Amino acid sequence: MSLTPSEVERIAQLARLEIAPAELLTARQQLNGIFSLIEALQAVDTTGVEPMAHAQDVSQRLREDEVTHHDEDGTARARFQTVAPEAENGLYLVPKVIE
Amino acid sequence: MNSWEIVIGLETHVQLATKSKIFSGASTAFGAAANTQASPVDLALPGVLPVLNKGAVECAIRFGLAIGAKVAEKSVFARKNYFYPDLPKGYQISQFELPIVQGGHLDILIGQGEKSVEKRVCLTRAHLEEDAGKSLHEDFHGKTGIDLNRAGTPLLEIVSEPDMRSAEEAVAYAKALHALVRWIGICDGNMQEGSFRCDANVSVHQPGTPLGTRREIKNLNSFRFLKEAIEYEARWQIETLTDGGKIEQATVLFDPATGETRAMRSKEDAHDYRYFPDPDLLPLVVSADWIERERDKLPELPSAKRQRFIRDYGLSAYDAATLTATLEMADYFEATVRVAGSAHAKLCANWVMVDLAARLNRENREILDATVSAAQLGGLVLRIADGTLSNAIGKKVFEALWLGEATSADEMIEAQGLRQITDAGAIEKLVDEALAANPASVAEYRAGKEKAFNALVGQVMKAAKGKANPQQITELLRQKLTAG
Repeated sequence: MSLTPSEVERIAQLARLEIAPAELLTARQQLNGIFSLIEALQAVDTTGVEPMAHAQDVSQRLREDEVTHHDEDGTARARFQTVAPEAENGLYLVPKVIE
Repeated sequence: MNSWEIVIGLETHVQLATKSKIFSGASTAFGAAANTQASPVDLALPGVLPVLNKGAVECAIRFGLAIGAKVAEKSVFARKNYFYPDLPKGYQISQFELPIVQGGHLDILIGQGEKSVEKRVCLTRAHLEEDAGKSLHEDFHGKTGIDLNRAGTPLLEIVSEPDMRSAEEAVAYAKALHALVRWIGICDGNMQEGSFRCDANVSVHQPGTPLGTRREIKNLNSFRFLKEAIEYEARWQIETLTDGGKIEQATVLFDPATGETRAMRSKEDAHDYRYFPDPDLLPLVVSADWIERERDKLPELPSAKRQRFIRDYGLSAYDAATLTATLEMADYFEATVRVAGSAHAKLCANWVMVDLAARLNRENREILDATVSAAQLGGLVLRIADGTLSNAIGKKVFEALWLGEATSADEMIEAQGLRQITDAGAIEKLVDEALAANPASVAEYRAGKEKAFNALVGQVMKAAKGKANPQQITELLRQKLTAG
């Protein structure tokens, strides 16, 4: 399987990656390289094998329904927002998005 | 002219009534200061891992049991990938191929009164997922503000089959679902706060031809908007097709101000969510034991209660359905019957559905906030049923109980001498007095004016301060007027 340049552009768009036209060829080669690995996996006959949802055959542990994160005074929020590019009135600010 | 059939399926997002979020220990309480209920997991800080909330799973199991669905022994969480600032991970954790609830059905009542008919709506699935945060677009000097308090709030997305054929049916289904999730205690049902929101898939076709292309109306948070949006959308689709146009698959928004739907995005730029199993979460295993424990916790379900009301109390299907609209209403009714006795269940039903409902409606209150208790109403019904109170005085007693001017019907009957006059001698005396005092009315009646008769009844009733039995007055008056 080999990707076309426009498929590479579509994948980049979905992943919100900016790929300059000059990089497109390299990205395509690298992706095709990954596809060859997947092709090797797909060559294995898995007839009758139940698909696994996880590499480990164990089940999910659950937590009790309890509130363990307390930040009524906004101390933790202030700490988290020190790494945000911009915050105001407790809100994270981002470039305007209206769909 | 060919007739069109409207085909509707609903996807409903139900916010689960857990204390903490689905994958973190942050609170889900509504209305906190921005981002004070956003833990490192909800913020998607590097290195964090989601841990599934047992309470959210219990809610899903209970819902599955309540709709007669299969509760999957094993279900899987998947990542639904898209970019939006209120979704900091860049994906929503949801369930895709193996949802926790599979199949099931909900029986709904279409139409009003005794002419209403039951209809079964099949459900496709219900799956657990997390909510996103909120984007605030106003007034941040050209920027968007993000509040992640809602991010990670547990949701159950309930998907119906395209079984509904009118806006009315869709609303009946949404109302029945809304009542059920509150009934089994998995959702507070608060639509203003977004605890229950619907997406409607609408298409039209001519019966006997394949289904039409559907458009999805997003985010309808009231039953009225749901109805208006579907009606507008169906009309628009029929007009478009009648004019020779084509329907393109699309996602649309309903604007309550204009009552119109408009396309948000078309199929070409529809999201490709690239679902895959979330490697951070292992498969969720629900044992048969656990399912049975949840079954034991379920209250008697609306449909079972409805059947029992019809069977044990002799109520009509419509009365039984009205009284089981909410668990609170059903409990109130049964508490009333416990005092008044099953023999008077129909009278209790009338008082709850008519007088109490009207009073609650007038004051915009829920039945839990009724100032007349079920025991008080039961006591009142008992006195009407045994003839102590006339219906008219009964209404006055109800009003006094509502306003807190009396503590029980019996107390008020004694204190104010409200006992209905059923003694024939006493009523005859009042009738004679009324005839003697109103010769003009008597003459008019004899001249053939039926209205004059009603005036005389009114005079007797007035003299009796409303306490005389109206039937007895009528009979005695007729006797005397025809005899004399």
